[in-house]
Amino acid sequence: MKGVGKYSLFLRSMFSNRVKWKTYLKQTLGECIDIGIRSIMIVSIVSIFIGAVTCIQISYNLQSPLAQDFLIGLGVRNMVILELSPTVMAIIFAGKVGSNIASQLGSMRITEQIDALEVMGINPTTYLVLPKIIASVFMYPLLVILSGSLAIYSGYLTAKFILPMAPEDYIYGIRYMFDPYTIEFAIYKSLAFAFLVSSIASYKGFYVFGGAVAVGQASTQAVTNSCIAILAADYVLTQLLL
Amino acid sequence: MIEFKHISKTFNGKLVLDDISSHFNRSKINLVIGTSGTGKSVLLKCIVGLIPPSHGSITFDERDMVRGNKSTIISIKREIGMLFQGGALFDSKTVEQNVMFPLNMLTDMPKSEKLDRVNFYLKRVGLSNSNKKHPNELSGGMQKRVGIARAMVNNPKYLFCDEPNSGLDPKTSLLIDELIQELTYEYDITTVVVTHNLDSIFTLGDYIIFLDQGKKAWEGTSNELFHSEVKSLNDFLFASKMMRMIKNHM
Repeated sequence: MKGVGKYSLFLRSMFSNRVKWKTYLKQTLGECIDIGIRSIMIVSIVSIFIGAVTCIQISYNLQSPLAQDFLIGLGVRNMVILELSPTVMAIIFAGKVGSNIASQLGSMRITEQIDALEVMGINPTTYLVLPKIIASVFMYPLLVILSGSLAIYSGYLTAKFILPMAPEDYIYGIRYMFDPYTIEFAIYKSLAFAFLVSSIASYKGFYVFGGAVAVGQASTQAVTNSCIAILAADYVLTQLLL
Repeated sequence: MIEFKHISKTFNGKLVLDDISSHFNRSKINLVIGTSGTGKSVLLKCIVGLIPPSHGSITFDERDMVRGNKSTIISIKREIGMLFQGGALFDSKTVEQNVMFPLNMLTDMPKSEKLDRVNFYLKRVGLSNSNKKHPNELSGGMQKRVGIARAMVNNPKYLFCDEPNSGLDPKTSLLIDELIQELTYEYDITTVVVTHNLDSIFTLGDYIIFLDQGKKAWEGTSNELFHSEVKSLNDFLFASKMMRMIKNHM
C-alpha cells in the first residue's frame, strides 16, 4: 500500500512546477523517436510471426470437415485485434521500453543528475518523466495498429502460401461479422498499457537507491511489475468494455 | 547568510545528523569538514533541499527553505549553484549544452547571449575548446570544471561544492580550489565546500565547521583551527597531515 501511495504522489508531482511548453515539445518529440520509432523493428518482427503462428494453429484446431476455412481468418482477426496486438505487444513494449526507461532514470539518479535538476529548481519528474509518459501513450497505440495490420497480413500470406486453403476464404473470414468497436477496444487497452508501462518503469527508475546493481534490479522490477499490471488491467478492461 | 538551527536527520531510525546549528557567512568560503561518514554530504543535501531534515530550520537570507511555500523554495533553489562530487553532468548532452542548460530552463535570454555567457564561463574554467565534447570524453578534473561552469552560469548567490577534490591529483585539486576561491570573491558568492582534504582546508577555509559522528564538534576560523582543544578535530588534522606526508614521500 505504501508503494501505491508513493506511486500516486510520484504521478501527481509531474504536474507541479512545470517547465516551458517548448521544452516539453522538444523532450516529447525526442522520446517519441526513442520509444516509438526505435520499437518499430521489434514490433514488426514479433507481429509477423504471431500472425503466421496464429493462422497455422487455428487451422490445426479446425480439422473437422464441418469447420469452414473462413473461420481461420475470423479467428486470426479477433485474436490479433482483441488480445495479441495490444496485450502481447505491451509485454514486448515493457521489456524493451520499460527496462530502458528504468535503467536510464536509475543511472541518472545514481550519478546525481536528477539531484542536479532538483537543485536548479527544475522539477525532475516534469522534465524527465512526463515526456516519456506522453510519448508512450501517443506512440504505443500506433505501434499496436502497425502490429495488428502486420499480423493479419502475415496470416494472409500463411493462408496463401503455407496452408491448404484459398486466400479468398481468409479475406472473407477477416471481413465476416466485423465489429469496428473491437478496434476501439484495442486502442483503449493500448492507451492504458502504455501509461502503465511508462509510469511504472519511470517510478522504479526514479527511486533507485544504490549503485549499478540497484539499477539492474530496478530495470527487472520495472518489467515484471509492468507485466503484472498489464495482465490485471487487461482482465479489468475486458470485463468492463466487452 | 545561510542559517541552520537544530538540524537532525535520521535514516531508517539511524541518527545521521544530531542537532546541528550554525551559519554560513555571506561572501565567504565556508567549509564543512570531517572524516568520511560523519554526515557532511547529508548536511549539505539538507541545506540545498535535496533531503528534508527530520527536525530543524534552514534559512537563506531569512527565507525559510524547509517550511517556506513552494515558490519561495523554488526561488531560493534558482539562486543556488552546486558542484556535485561526481560532476553530475548530463551524459547525453555536450559540454556546451550542459553549461547552457540552466539558462535554457530558467531564463528567456536570446540564444546568442546564452552562448556568450557559456563561452565566457568555459573560458573562465580553462575549457574554451571543449564545447562540443561529451562528458565521457573529459577527465575527472575537466568534468569538475564543467560542473563549476554550469553552477556559475546563472549567476548564483550561493555556491555549494560537495567534495570538489575527490578523485583528483594534487595539482588539479589545487586548480579547482583556486577557481572556487576566485569565483567566490569575484562574484561575491556565499560558498559552502564539503571536504576532508587538508590542502583545501588551508587554501579555502574562511569559516570552518567540523563534524564528528553526526554532531558539530567545532566551528571557527582557519586561524583558530590549530588552537582547538577538541580531540577529534586534532586527531583528524594529525591523520590528514600524516597522509599528506606519506603521499609527498611516495
